[in-house]
Amino acid sequence: MQTQLNKGYNITENGYYGDFGGAYIPELLYKNLKELTDNYLKITEDEDFKKQLNLLLHDYVGRPTPLYFAKNLSKKYNAKIYLKREDLNHTGSHKINNALGQALLAKKLGKQKIIAETGAGQHGVATATACALLGLDCTIFMGEVDIERQAPNVSRIKMLGAKIIPACSGTKTLKDATNEAIRYWINNTDSYYIIGSVVGPHPYPDLVTRFQSIISKEIKKQLYELEGKENPDYILACIGGGSNAAGAFCDFIGNSKVKLIGIEAEGKGKHTQHTASTLQVGSVGIIHGSKTFLMQNDDGQITEPYSISAGLDYPGIGPLHAYLNETELASYLSATDEEALKAAFELMKLEGIIPALESAHAFAALNKIKFKPEEIVIINLSGRGDKDLDTYLKYYN
Amino acid sequence: MKTKLQHLFLNKPDQNLSVFITAGFPKKESLLEIIPLLENSDCDIIEIGIPFSDPLADGPIIQQSSNIALDNGMTLFLLLKQIKEVRSLISKPIVLMGYLNSILKFGLEDFYQTCCESGVDGLIIPDLPLLEYKKDHEVLIKKYQLDFIFLISPSTYHNRALDLANHSSGFVYMVSSNSTTGNTIETKLDLSEKIKDLKSLGLKIPLLIGFGIKNAKHYNKACSISNGAIIGSAFIQVVENSNNLKKDIPQFINSIKNKKIAS
Repeated sequence: MQTQLNKGYNITENGYYGDFGGAYIPELLYKNLKELTDNYLKITEDEDFKKQLNLLLHDYVGRPTPLYFAKNLSKKYNAKIYLKREDLNHTGSHKINNALGQALLAKKLGKQKIIAETGAGQHGVATATACALLGLDCTIFMGEVDIERQAPNVSRIKMLGAKIIPACSGTKTLKDATNEAIRYWINNTDSYYIIGSVVGPHPYPDLVTRFQSIISKEIKKQLYELEGKENPDYILACIGGGSNAAGAFCDFIGNSKVKLIGIEAEGKGKHTQHTASTLQVGSVGIIHGSKTFLMQNDDGQITEPYSISAGLDYPGIGPLHAYLNETELASYLSATDEEALKAAFELMKLEGIIPALESAHAFAALNKIKFKPEEIVIINLSGRGDKDLDTYLKYYN
Repeated sequence: MKTKLQHLFLNKPDQNLSVFITAGFPKKESLLEIIPLLENSDCDIIEIGIPFSDPLADGPIIQQSSNIALDNGMTLFLLLKQIKEVRSLISKPIVLMGYLNSILKFGLEDFYQTCCESGVDGLIIPDLPLLEYKKDHEVLIKKYQLDFIFLISPSTYHNRALDLANHSSGFVYMVSSNSTTGNTIETKLDLSEKIKDLKSLGLKIPLLIGFGIKNAKHYNKACSISNGAIIGSAFIQVVENSNNLKKDIPQFINSIKNKKIAS
């Protein structure tokens, strides 16, 4: 049944990408995860399921999203720069691709109660939206600190009919919202947990990558129509947990013609305490059931990351990215708060697009790479910046 | 050679009480006081929690104790040092419970070796899957003559439960209900059928029931279908609220065990 997403990399039966991944979970969750592991490929590869999801992605989400030639940006950086416009999706980011897919999967598994974690609120909004559409009960876990700093998304989630449970443990941000969602799942095994990124225990990283892989599939097709070839020279994407990057990279992994570049949030600098560059400053360990790189102290306590963008301040990174980094199938850079802000303002002025602060990190990489004029660069514009207006206004002058 | 845990269950198969305390709680040096008090009490196994920033299987009480311990500057290194310091005074088995990340960061073989040298008898690592245990841990557990205790939950399939039991030594940790630790919902302990089934399928290793065990009533019920019980969150609350551990710890342990005799 294991249908390989792409021959460029392997995932073992137990969910390992090389040494990374696996399912490090308390026995209490074994049955739930086993049910999902045994069924996710059967269900998602089913023709009726695909048809149903594709119809929703087309009519409801608005896919395919455009691959837009950014003329002014191209001129400035002297390369052919295309933007994959995930910001134009319904709910404003790529998160809906996964939320809708998993909500549909949950329904096929006979689950009525959905839980999810959210940091900036984008995955929370996407999940609440999918649940409203499909008639599912929805509970969103959100750190107390994030509830305060992402108020508009909190209101959206509530208006869409979902319940918000504040995560008051630990540092009260995304990591703790995820902990609380997992604990709730242990106590309520009849619910289905929609994880928002390519993190967590197997099969989540693979499942979320599959639902996001539509991004790279569309890129291939659209680029062929525009340029007469499927392969760009570069794909740039920002990385917190890494779901938009996994989606944009997926079909190109192992393709030596395409350089895959992920950009982590460096915060105030990787040599400060205030960073989210997990691959740069982290080490291997276990976070949320997955073996991967994470930020931790000498005693193995998971430390709190920092980034100006709430969607990137996750102390781990999906195991697929840890693997791609180790095998050099992709390379990873980082961009500071300041660089991301500068890149965002530049995109606003040159192309008339207000990006999400997360996505702005990918644009900051344009200054870090030397392109040739004929090279094709694709930037995954993972989300729109409406939610970040307060931050932008604070720095705009 | 038999381990301390194996000896315990050979000599005293039933009504064993394991008491859990987070290391470094309420004070950094508290273990040095609490372990001897437990040794002199009527409990049978001393279980020590390795404080962790993200304890997924734990409810609010143990989470909070973990946070306080970390704020106190507790570390795994210090924990093992403190156990070593008091070990010569202690005859009861000492079991460590912690999450895999702490152990990986310490270094796998270093950790098991230091456990052995510090006088730790057994390990419970709730987020270590069986698959990984067999791959990297089993050989070290044997090398350093430690016991390894797997968890079985009410939702664990029979075949898997037997597999987990076969890879456990000392005892198996039977979780009372599908919940995180210290749940406030009245513990149902609907486990008698499951335990009967497992025994008829050949389960031989002793079983201790844990999660949500708070009082003599729960303890007695657990003892009636297994070899004893584990008390964690309820004991932590006793320690947290106590001004006089010398008095309150034995009193709590007696309240759990004595009422049993009275009933």
